[in-house]
Amino acid sequence: MDQIKHHLNDQLLLSYAAGNLPEAFNLVVATHITMCDECRARLGAFEAVGGVMLQDAVPASANQLPEVDLDATMARIERGSKDEIRVAAKSGELPAALHDYIGGSLADVKWRSVGMGVRQAILPTSKDASVRLLYIPAGTKVPDHGHRGMELTLVLQGAFRDEHDRFGPGDIEIATEEDEHTPIAEMDVDCICLSATDAPLKFNGLLQRIAQPFLRI
Amino acid sequence: SRNVKDDLRWVECVQRIRDAQDRAAFAEIFRHFAPRVKAFLMKSGTDAGMAEECAQDVMATLWHKSHLFDPARASVSTWVFTIARNRRIDMLRKQRRPEPDELTWGPEPEPEAADVMELQQESARLAEALAELPEKQRDLVQKAFFGDLSHSEIAAETGLPLGTIKSRIRLALERLRHAMK
Ligand SMILES: [Zn+2]
Ligand SMILES: [Zn+2]
Repeated sequence: MDQIKHHLNDQLLLSYAAGNLPEAFNLVVATHITMCDECRARLGAFEAVGGVMLQDAVPASANQLPEVDLDATMARIERGSKDEIRVAAKSGELPAALHDYIGGSLADVKWRSVGMGVRQAILPTSKDASVRLLYIPAGTKVPDHGHRGMELTLVLQGAFRDEHDRFGPGDIEIATEEDEHTPIAEMDVDCICLSATDAPLKFNGLLQRIAQPFLRI
Repeated sequence: SRNVKDDLRWVECVQRIRDAQDRAAFAEIFRHFAPRVKAFLMKSGTDAGMAEECAQDVMATLWHKSHLFDPARASVSTWVFTIARNRRIDMLRKQRRPEPDELTWGPEPEPEAADVMELQQESARLAEALAELPEKQRDLVQKAFFGDLSHSEIAAETGLPLGTIKSRIRLALERLRHAMK
């Protein structure tokens, strides 16, 4: 994908490299990086910082490095490995990480209506943040809302616009507490996004505020 | 504290493990990295028993995945760090860690010696640059990697000296893409 314009920021890449992001955000970051060589390279640089931290790690309690059992490790090696290797998805296929969480392709998603033609599917992750797929029919508005924490949205298909910019396939929109927006899917194609939040959204319309507890958005 | 000669030596060890299941090469790399992985985990709040278990697992993974290591894209320290980070999330947080897809389908072509040399040199330079960071900033970076800082506490502008290594890794990726065409 050559036309990606909106990328992950340093804060997210550093947190992902360090392993400090909630699972829901990890999924969005891993999916974007599968689509984006630029962020993959930047992640590589942050991981190199992690490599330096590992080199220099000295335990807090002692000034001597701890020992690890080599024989036990060799025995472990003899027992073999269960790890499988993930390779690049064929073009047109979903990134493997996302495929795992859906349990299939986009055609297998079990959508639930959230009103006005918009549908969602919440993916199972740890509770410190949540991640959902959003299906926004062409030309449809997502109700105007603000954010209590951080919202990270990745476009998988189609495109949307909001007050700030246009977001197409592979683009990431990062919204924080200061941002309010009303995303609208572009006219020609239905838009599918992957969106993670670490706090519930703040809806401005009365109807949505009433419906919110039932929809879990 | 670190020089390119060491880094190139670790690369050679991983290649000997990959090509000949060389136990002496493994023992050498183990003596250096296993205690550091354990110390790293203990510093991020893991108890000694769990850190031992995790460190053994990380080193066994290095053996099994030696064919996946690409010295034109990472130093051995960086690679070991990523394995340890993922194990920590698996074992301690009991969470899955979604990972990007690997770039290639089949076995990759052996990277060019010059590319390996350049990447390892840049990694060593990064280590020097990090050592020279003002103490406050270096402390913050350490906290982020030892799990004492959540993503919302990390400032958007890290100001880390990543410039050259970023472009090195980008070049390596581009080269890989072209090799696949
Ligand atoms: Zn990107
Ligand atoms: Zn939003």
